[in-house]
Amino acid sequence: MIDLKNLTIKKAHESIKNGDFTAVELTEAYLEVIKQKNSELNIYLEVFENDALKQAEEANQRFKDGTAVEMTGIPVALKDNILYEAHVASAGSKILENYIATYDSTVVKKLKTAGAVILGRTNMDEFAMGVSTENSAFGVTKNPHDTKRVPGGSSGGSTAAVAINSALVALGSDTGGSCRQPAAFCGVVGFKPTYGSISRHGLIAMGSSLDIIGPITNSVSDAEVLFNTIKGEDAMDSTSISQNTENKKQSSKMVIGIPREFLSIGVDERILSNFNESVSKLESMGYEIKDIKLPNVKYTVPVYYIISPAEVSSNLARFDGIKYGLHIDGGGNLLEDYLKSRGSGFGPEVKRRIILGTYVLSSGYHDAYYNKAMAVRELITEDYRKAFEEVDVILTPTTTGPAFKIGEKVNDPVKMYLEDIFTGPANIAGLPAISVPSGFVDEEGSKLPLGIQFIARHQREDMLFEIGKKFLNE
Amino acid sequence: MITREEIKNLASLARIEVTDLEAEKLTKEVLAILDYVDQIQEVTGVIENKVSEHRNVMRDDVVTNSSGLYTEKLLSNAPSREGNYLKVKKILG
Repeated sequence: MIDLKNLTIKKAHESIKNGDFTAVELTEAYLEVIKQKNSELNIYLEVFENDALKQAEEANQRFKDGTAVEMTGIPVALKDNILYEAHVASAGSKILENYIATYDSTVVKKLKTAGAVILGRTNMDEFAMGVSTENSAFGVTKNPHDTKRVPGGSSGGSTAAVAINSALVALGSDTGGSCRQPAAFCGVVGFKPTYGSISRHGLIAMGSSLDIIGPITNSVSDAEVLFNTIKGEDAMDSTSISQNTENKKQSSKMVIGIPREFLSIGVDERILSNFNESVSKLESMGYEIKDIKLPNVKYTVPVYYIISPAEVSSNLARFDGIKYGLHIDGGGNLLEDYLKSRGSGFGPEVKRRIILGTYVLSSGYHDAYYNKAMAVRELITEDYRKAFEEVDVILTPTTTGPAFKIGEKVNDPVKMYLEDIFTGPANIAGLPAISVPSGFVDEEGSKLPLGIQFIARHQREDMLFEIGKKFLNE
Repeated sequence: MITREEIKNLASLARIEVTDLEAEKLTKEVLAILDYVDQIQEVTGVIENKVSEHRNVMRDDVVTNSSGLYTEKLLSNAPSREGNYLKVKKILG
């Protein structure tokens, strides 16, 4: 039996190299967990068993050849919005239910080059719009810590997959917190890298100025290995950036900034006390703690829910029921086909955002909403720039509470949107951020995980890895 | 105040068919969301109109793949085709 619970990429690599187990045996072990638990939890929408085993055999060969790298033979789960050639990528939507990817996303290309094993595609909120996977067209994923609760979202399938060891690592995408919030709810590490550091080529677009692919793992070290495998400038994504544009000077002693004033908005008491314990722990580890002010960050959620629907409304215009995806015959003419295909292909949240986005971009409202939101976005970014003159990383809780119950918030979109309050700012400002597990709360007989979030300057992922590893004693 | 008729018009501009019931629900929800996001209006004073740091990244306008390389892959996803064409309904009368 392979001890999947305590496995890391590094340990798996060493074990395969030393002959403790083979890459095929490792993949089989994860496939077995999926078989046992997937029907109950609804984590994977599809398992690519045959292809995964083939990749594992190729990985074995690379270990024999001596061409194996760290990610060779490592079983990875993919969020359902990341293209993998000749496999379905549905983005959790009826409109793409039978869509077969015609090319590999850049991240999948890089995983293949490294010899990783792709286990399957994981459930998500439709087109990554949501914080609970309740917006998936294929049913909610259940939180492994309490099956009455949501796993968070939108990458809830990927975080639950890693939490129950049905994948060693996973990829998610993060537009307003979609890697970090579900990571906190599932008790794993969720990482959102600097905007542009990983190519978006082959990631089904939601909000193009906010989207980034991110690692979901059990340890910060694994997030670092996965990030290093998939990062980099890409000719297929003009917003991608190379890694060495910032001067990486490690400060001898990192200073942690805490926006106390911002934290006073509606945070669960237990979250706050867990957060304060984490702060004390970091203080006792020798970090200097400094109170900082981010006066405009409180406008993040309103700014986000103008900019992201605006980008959604234009990005999702491509789904017309003609080129690919669901087609519903509307009878009379082409327009009717569009109306019917999109009307039945999209779920309620996607429709809500497209309509909201169409409204904030329409003439007469464009200045008051979209342009104003873009101006406030600049102010928020400026708040961070100033704060980072005084501190190296900024610490907040990842969420305002532990995982909520399935159905608890579905009828109140604004309440649902407030889930992004601590995670959204990093997307608005393009900053790297990581959520790491920080403990548990007891609720109705379940132990529910909590997370804290570190945010760093652009391209200072190295600082997040350093402090994250120290915090988790890695 | 956004009305149900406006919601229906926006939906039709976005090429999404909505039922009366959906339009009713959407009106209430969009109103609540707009009411919430409206708080950004309280940000006043000089919001500097900064020149964006972003710049366009261009590539040479050249064909990078041989003709027909992706045709079959792409068309095999099409709901309706005729040969190497997408089949749609008549647009002009």
